[in-house]
Amino acid sequence: MTTEPRFELPGTPVFDGQTSRRGFRMNKLFMSLRHEAARQRFLADEAAYCAEFGLTPEQTQAILDRDWQAMIDLGGSIFYVYKLAMMDGRSMQYLGGVFTGMTEEEFVAAMRAGGRREERRDG
Amino acid sequence: MAEVIWGLATSHVPSIGAAMDRGRTADPTWKDLFDGYAPVRAWLAEHTPDVAIVVYNDHANGVDLDIVPTFGLGTAERYEVADEGFGRRPVPDVIGDPELSLHLLESLVDEGFDLTVFQELAVDHGFTVPLSVWAPDPGEAWPCPVIPLLVNVIQYPQPTAARCYALGQALGRAIRSYPKDVTVGILGTGGMSHQLAGARAGFINPEFDAMWMEAIEKDPVKLAALSREELIRQAGSEGIELIMWLIMRGAMNDRIAKVHSHYFVPASNTAAGVALFDNRVAAPA
Repeated sequence: MTTEPRFELPGTPVFDGQTSRRGFRMNKLFMSLRHEAARQRFLADEAAYCAEFGLTPEQTQAILDRDWQAMIDLGGSIFYVYKLAMMDGRSMQYLGGVFTGMTEEEFVAAMRAGGRREERRDG
Repeated sequence: MAEVIWGLATSHVPSIGAAMDRGRTADPTWKDLFDGYAPVRAWLAEHTPDVAIVVYNDHANGVDLDIVPTFGLGTAERYEVADEGFGRRPVPDVIGDPELSLHLLESLVDEGFDLTVFQELAVDHGFTVPLSVWAPDPGEAWPCPVIPLLVNVIQYPQPTAARCYALGQALGRAIRSYPKDVTVGILGTGGMSHQLAGARAGFINPEFDAMWMEAIEKDPVKLAALSREELIRQAGSEGIELIMWLIMRGAMNDRIAKVHSHYFVPASNTAAGVALFDNRVAAPA
């Protein structure tokens, strides 16, 4: 069995088994943020909270920097990463803007214009 | 015997539920979507089944990534509405039907579909938003008991479209073999085209969605032949959720009648589709 992704689609992260292994601890951290008490502990000392969950230095830095693209690259599932975004008051449209190099307003406007039709080839 | 009387396919975008919960359904950005639901809701209000099955996926609320069941079935008497982080939706908890659940489970396992059993499960927007599309004002209780059928659509490898369609067909047989004379509604949820992450985020494919909407009624076998790669390419990395519509479709008769369908862009980052099908169509003369 190969451990490589089965296919490559430009600009399209596929949350496969290898990605999920890589992001397992980080996604667990995101899941914990459903609870107010966990959010308070996280906000009190984000780095310590990341250490508690056993994140890699790169994952910890991505979280401290709110580097959403890096979180995806380091194994985050968008549905889990979104828990942190929600805590920060960020919308999925804001994240869409981050992933596509647009402001939230530009991304919303693109969606209201019918969505982004052209497949990007630079991903 | 039990009988499937209708199938409802619908997107489950959380903001659809939020728009309802916050009274924004008449806002210009939402009105067309909710206008499209009106005929669906009116018909369903006249056709309340004894029990419903919701084919859906969880989004990091009821289950995490410790265990990723490809297919799962709830067998509980009651399913709590999940708190996804900032308070649960103001909708009723879900009353289940363990007797039917256990019958379905046995029948499906006998047919080779080895479903994971959920004896306790908190259901998230993937489950409650479709119920709200059906019943916008449930009051103290949803229209009938509801059974969750979970599908992993988040982590690759998702089940194939063909396997979903076959599961639906086995589900239809399981329902028909239930000794009680009860009527059943089936909801297939998720989709339509959308992608949340990556440089292609915001991707919408109305041509593919239109093809899917037509074929789910008339040629589901064509859809069941689509590969995961093709689904992700054409419908986006999250648009692959559409495979859950095939479980609904498989449980219905070969010939069904569309009551109403509607397509709307955007619900947040998603193309939102709804399609209601009557399963009680007289055989052609």
